[in-house]
Amino acid sequence: MKKTNRRTFVAGVSAATLLSGSRVAFAQKKYSDGASDTEIKIGHTNPYSGPASSYGVIGKTIQAYWKSVNEAGGINGRKINFITLDDGYSPPKTVECIRQLVEQDKVLCTFNTLGTPCNTAIHKYMNEKKVPMLYVATGASKWGDPKHFPWTMGFQPDYHTEGIIYAKHLLANVKDPKIAVLMQNDDFGKDYWNGFKEGLGKEAGRVTKHVTYETTDPTVDSQVIQLKDTGANVFFVIAIPKFAAQAMRKAGDIGWKPAIYLNNVSSSVASAMKPAGLDNVQGVITALYLMDPTDKQFDSHPDMKTWVDWMKKHNPDQSLQDASNVFAYAVSTLMHETLKKCGDDLTRENVMKQAANFQKYQLPLLLPGITVSTSPTDFYPIQAVQLSRFKGETWELFGEVMHAEST
Amino acid sequence: MSMFPKKWVLPLIVLAFVIPLLRPLMPDVISNYRLFLVSTMIIASIAVLGLNLLTGFNGQISLGHSAFYAVGAYTSAILMDKLDMPYYATLPIAAAVCYVIGWLFGKPALKLEGHYLALATFALALSVPQILKYKWLEDLTGGVQGIVLSKPEVPFGLPLTDDQWLYYYCLIVMIILYWAANNMLNGRSGRAMMAIRDYAIAADTMGINTARYKTVTFGISAAYTGIAGALSASAIAFVAPDSFSFFLSIKFLIGLVVGGVGSLAGSVVGGIFYVLVDNSAQALSLFVKNDLGVQFDLSAYTVFGILLIALMYMMPTGIVGGVYAIVQGLRRNRRGATTGSATSPVRDVAANQQRP
Amino acid sequence: MEQFLQQLASGLANGAIYACVALALVMIYVSTDHLNFAQGEMAMFSTYISWQLMAWGCSFWVAFILAVLISFCMGVFIERVILRPLHHAPVLSIVVVFIGLLAICNSMAGAIWSYLIKEYPSPFPKADFGIAGVIGPHQLGVVIVTLVVLSLLFVFFRYTPLGLAMRAAAQNPQMARLVGVRVDWMLALGWGLAAAVGAVAGIMVAHIVYLDPNMMGGILLYAFASALIGGIGNPGGAVVGGFIVGVLENMVAYTGNMIEKITGIYIIGNGEKLTVALIIVIFVLTLKPAGLFGRVVVKRV
Repeated sequence: MKKTNRRTFVAGVSAATLLSGSRVAFAQKKYSDGASDTEIKIGHTNPYSGPASSYGVIGKTIQAYWKSVNEAGGINGRKINFITLDDGYSPPKTVECIRQLVEQDKVLCTFNTLGTPCNTAIHKYMNEKKVPMLYVATGASKWGDPKHFPWTMGFQPDYHTEGIIYAKHLLANVKDPKIAVLMQNDDFGKDYWNGFKEGLGKEAGRVTKHVTYETTDPTVDSQVIQLKDTGANVFFVIAIPKFAAQAMRKAGDIGWKPAIYLNNVSSSVASAMKPAGLDNVQGVITALYLMDPTDKQFDSHPDMKTWVDWMKKHNPDQSLQDASNVFAYAVSTLMHETLKKCGDDLTRENVMKQAANFQKYQLPLLLPGITVSTSPTDFYPIQAVQLSRFKGETWELFGEVMHAEST
Repeated sequence: MSMFPKKWVLPLIVLAFVIPLLRPLMPDVISNYRLFLVSTMIIASIAVLGLNLLTGFNGQISLGHSAFYAVGAYTSAILMDKLDMPYYATLPIAAAVCYVIGWLFGKPALKLEGHYLALATFALALSVPQILKYKWLEDLTGGVQGIVLSKPEVPFGLPLTDDQWLYYYCLIVMIILYWAANNMLNGRSGRAMMAIRDYAIAADTMGINTARYKTVTFGISAAYTGIAGALSASAIAFVAPDSFSFFLSIKFLIGLVVGGVGSLAGSVVGGIFYVLVDNSAQALSLFVKNDLGVQFDLSAYTVFGILLIALMYMMPTGIVGGVYAIVQGLRRNRRGATTGSATSPVRDVAANQQRP
Repeated sequence: MEQFLQQLASGLANGAIYACVALALVMIYVSTDHLNFAQGEMAMFSTYISWQLMAWGCSFWVAFILAVLISFCMGVFIERVILRPLHHAPVLSIVVVFIGLLAICNSMAGAIWSYLIKEYPSPFPKADFGIAGVIGPHQLGVVIVTLVVLSLLFVFFRYTPLGLAMRAAAQNPQMARLVGVRVDWMLALGWGLAAAVGAVAGIMVAHIVYLDPNMMGGILLYAFASALIGGIGNPGGAVVGGFIVGVLENMVAYTGNMIEKITGIYIIGNGEKLTVALIIVIFVLTLKPAGLFGRVVVKRV
């Protein structure tokens, strides 16, 4: 579709962008669908309705972000036309929305599309159409495969690796562990569970019980009771905030005090830890990569101050305690930076090239020590986490930042 | 029963076949995306027709058609994935499987009436995603991760795009199915079905084997929706339990009612509505937010709810029923005007009796 | 044994939740002959109103009473304004209106109060109330409140003239009109009462499952099953049905757990408990088509 001489040209432009690190002044302007002298169109899908509508918050904050970028003049003089559609967490709907965005609205790229099954449904399509599918909002491990899917890139540390990290930590720190696992019965849960099992390796037999729950279950009390009955002393909670809070509270209520490992998705103090009851969650361990907005140690950190000011000014309707808003801001900043680096060469190839071209980029709101790195063979932007333990009213980081190689 | 003028059907079919062929002339208007969208509308109208056969024409309410849709989709997906079967060959098998399940479900359903049947079908809709995730079936169904498929390829090297071919494939299936349904409904079986719907006890006394008709209708209805599911597996090229939640059943019901219960044309309209309503709700909500500058965030879901209520206000018998009533009203006005005098009561009675 | 007792208690506690919501469903059915799909969302909306009142400084019980009153008015309003013009519409069309109402309640709640889960306080004293380790104070409180509401409704319908008028209006509107019952207002009253009962249910439930716009989605399914297994026209049956469904569900999971423990084979577990429970419910219905306590209506041809 593109002429060969453009490819070399794009390579040259990218090289210049890399070297200068600033706006390319001399290059000729190159556009794919969705980019022009005045605007850049970005596509996005999010579940604003349906059972996963709690994630719709992310979409709203991202919308506010691009609005504030436009108010400040846009990127390299171009306004961002951010089109977000509601897919209700239903893969057929996602396919429809994405096709509309790509073929009708003709967006330059999509970013942060949410949901593992939803992204799976459009995975092949986006790569066939050669449209960048950037920074997908799911931690499944399959998004970093540049050889087979060169147009798709993940963002957050993948669930599989996180599971491995918890397994290794507990094997090293808990004496004679007997492990109970509560897992949400879907792709997100499965990914963590597979990683966890892999991390346990030969010790996988130490899992005394593995139970699941559905998001339509009103409570997980029954499951927690079953788990306690096995006499386990370790409890791995793979659940979204509401159910994680229920599980941890119930464990406390029935007098079960295991060592709790909590998945990152539910690490928000406001949406999971506090509702579970602060007494019940002391000592819970999770892996973090973003700053939690309720963590007082970051109150004076410049990144956090910028974020709080931005929230108050541009996104006042959303909660300052919800870690999803930190996530949304961070991933939007990464997208912002990617587009900025493209300069005047806003072809889809260049967008992918710039996305695959971050060397230890200091993305705001990432924990100190964690940076974004990508390359043509490494499509996992963030691969480091730091373990933290819940103490008092917030998370206390410990140990070192762990850099995991993606599987 | 058929409020749709028969003479329009053939020209519409011809148009349906010819218009996409004009694509090279107007690639932006007759775009691949639009063809895909129309294909999803066709699939939805087949699914709604299935539900209509059971609920509209036979009076058995079902909140469980998402189950049959899912079974059809997964049957087709598994056959394509594990046995490398060509996509068109999976249709009859999916239909057969769904027929059997529908028929089996229809048997105990004989004992249940109204709300209880609704609950039973509801339970079916809830259980199917669970069954799809069931541990012992994971190897077959792909569990929570689902099965990734390929879209149908254009056969015989015809100069069509993938989406054009998908559209024709769905269109041909739809015409066959609607023609079959029309034949059935116009014949003895159809009259028996509707008799059971309207006067179940009387139908029994007249010698109609109510039990047999009800279970067979259940089976056929399931088969229709199952075929729609199988088509959707090809169209979306992906199946996962998340695609078949029970809310899908509710959406089919909405499509049925908004289109027109007990009307074939209503099923088509229902299918179109089913696909369009989400898009329009989103567009409308964006319009309100961006163009009208209303501070309050009117989400697409709210607009959807308001739209439903407004539609039921204006056209309680569905769009087809509503349009029919309007047309009848216009005709009566015209007749009244030409005669010049006040409408004669005899004529009025005759006009009223024409309405089915 | 300990696990059995805990599962049983947890089942009863969950059952109380289902019973509460099922009561509201039956109320609407008894007054208007319709099953209100939006009942759960309306209850959730009422709970948010009470939460908001508490956020503005009211105490729990003041907010509770105000929210119940406001919900009552909301119910009457919905019946008079939205449903009145559709009295003669086909049943399915009214179902679609309910679904529209569901969508509106759900997304408005999300828009006004965001999707972040909120803690909801419990009015029941913490310790010494309940059997430690088996059933907590709040859950015991939910059971008690449900039974209290049920008794109040029973007394209302059985022994007050207004209750009698409402029952007459629902069962035989034409005859009721002839004896001077304002049938239209009876319907509105029924809706108001149902909304009020729903508010109570939501407020009771919120502490256990956390307040968020999607809190009632799963519960509504169980509430339907409960109402139907108990006999759709029977409030007492709905409550019993709720407890049955709650306990049954947990027992299915428990049995699956035991089977796996003893034999090591996984047959059924938490993923399948809803399915199995519903199969059992349907099986019961095929044996007793009008529910356990319902009355079979014999139709005259």
